[in-house]
Amino acid sequence: MSDVLKRRFVDQIKVLFGNEPSKPTEITPAAQKIHFYKKGNRDLIAENLHARAHAVHSNKWRNRRWATLIFANLLFTLSFALDIQILEGALTASRFVGFHLIDVNSALQVMLAHKHIITNLLIGTGTVLVLWVLLGGRTFCSWVCPYHLVAEWAEKIHLYLAKKKLVTDQTIDRRLRTVFWIVFALLAFATGYTVYEAISPTGILSRALIYGPGLALLWVLALLVFEVFFSRRAWCRYACPIGLTYGVVGIISPVRIKYTLDGCFHEGDCRKVCLVPHVLDTVIKGRAVDTEVPIGPDCTRCGLCVDTCPTGSLSFEVKGLSKLA
Amino acid sequence: MSDQDSERKPPPAKAPPVSISKRQTNRRRVLRTLLLTGGVLGAGLSGFLPLIYSQKKRLRPPGALDERDFLASCIKCGQCVQVCPVSAIKLADLIDGVGVGTPYIDARAQACDFSCDAVQCVLACPTGSLTYHKPPFLPVRQGTALAAKPILLAKEKDAEPTLNLNERMGVARLTRPEACLAIQGKGFKGQTRGPDFKGHMRYMDVDRWKPIKIADHPYDVPECDLCVRECPIKGAISIETVFAPNGSKRKSPVVHEPCVGCGVCEMVCPVEPTAITIEAREVWKT
Repeated sequence: MSDVLKRRFVDQIKVLFGNEPSKPTEITPAAQKIHFYKKGNRDLIAENLHARAHAVHSNKWRNRRWATLIFANLLFTLSFALDIQILEGALTASRFVGFHLIDVNSALQVMLAHKHIITNLLIGTGTVLVLWVLLGGRTFCSWVCPYHLVAEWAEKIHLYLAKKKLVTDQTIDRRLRTVFWIVFALLAFATGYTVYEAISPTGILSRALIYGPGLALLWVLALLVFEVFFSRRAWCRYACPIGLTYGVVGIISPVRIKYTLDGCFHEGDCRKVCLVPHVLDTVIKGRAVDTEVPIGPDCTRCGLCVDTCPTGSLSFEVKGLSKLA
Repeated sequence: MSDQDSERKPPPAKAPPVSISKRQTNRRRVLRTLLLTGGVLGAGLSGFLPLIYSQKKRLRPPGALDERDFLASCIKCGQCVQVCPVSAIKLADLIDGVGVGTPYIDARAQACDFSCDAVQCVLACPTGSLTYHKPPFLPVRQGTALAAKPILLAKEKDAEPTLNLNERMGVARLTRPEACLAIQGKGFKGQTRGPDFKGHMRYMDVDRWKPIKIADHPYDVPECDLCVRECPIKGAISIETVFAPNGSKRKSPVVHEPCVGCGVCEMVCPVEPTAITIEAREVWKT
């Protein structure tokens, strides 16, 4: 990794914790060259290509992701409902054909509150940790978390209302998520009770899907109403400690989205569909520090930007694997 | 934006003055941030309700740690719910005041009858909230420890007849002796709890491994002893001859030290409301 990319890697970790992305101080000569060429008039052929690319909008990654998310949650539900015992438990902790899987954030809360760790808890957490390091960290959010899916639907309503000028997206300070993470960790440690688990929409929804609905769903509903009428995707963007935990896991993950500067038209369609547009600051004209820039750890690897990009400048990448090919 | 980049100036020594509208936007953003903070922390505070209500005693599944430790360690996954052969374990909802998503047993509706023999819920628990081996640093409350490993009547003839439980879940108590059929010297005929009762239990003489509906197992006893008859633990309860306050002799169910507090007696008691109940997390007093 070059020095410029290393600096960006560190900057993106700061962005994960709530920093606003800043303009790069140094850009590689190769990237500078492309930036320079792009300042001139847009190439006519490229423009034609571009128009053609815009004609078909693909939902490939979204469909794959929704299918995976629904399948994973359905497997939980069916394992219990039909007693097929493949994936027993809920998202907080489960057993996949007998093998322990425990959500990293829930495990952290329990360890802090109980101050005692048994072997099964350690095995389950370790397994899940390795799994999400390999799969991309916040991949959990967009590919598994049931709240993410309902929030995506709520976001569609929000965007429709915003288009009709009935609501506007009220942004909130992103550092809040880090504050929440620390507050909930301290609360668990100090009170000996897993406070966050009581309000986690992920846990509440997961249990509701498996064991039947309860009044706790009202809290989830309140969050969705807040997101539809007030602040777009507020929970996932500004509050959820699970997202931050998996974001940290994603720092060292090889699965990520890669940005290629060359063909990009800098229209920003990708930033409009993104849950975490601050990770896509690199697509802004003149910002890319290198010809190829990996997207930071706060990215949920949902693939909406890959679907939206008309030029194929954003793509999934597995670090190391592309070198083999 | 690109034009500005080419003539980038060094940052001024002093921050440029912020326009009124910009200042207003910033202030609103801070207010919104505070709003979300308040909302989430407010909801988080509701999470403390179980701690406040921890006096409200709910029967926890067998092998549960003491309430505070239980609440600290339960990860709310419901694996104990999934393995229970009689579906005795339920998950608490928002208003149950025992912690959203934590398991409890409503013994009157469906008691734990140990028809799984091995206490499956303990085996399923991933965090040690339900455990065979309580870590040494957690104290055992006076009177919760059982004098000996309880003998499960269903496997009394097996090589290993005991249940792997060291502490009781609670203690059965005759809370309404005046309603007890045994004390009145009455018998009982028919379905205890009526034809619509959904509770299940394992009857060894029917099927060793398959619990059946209690409504499908009618009784005909000259003197009611259902609580004693169906108690799964050896020596936990018996019908004894006792002296009434007026000096006359009468029969009465008497609970003994091996009682683990599973709640079967409460579930099968034919009178409404039940004459015998489980005092959850209660200790044995001699």
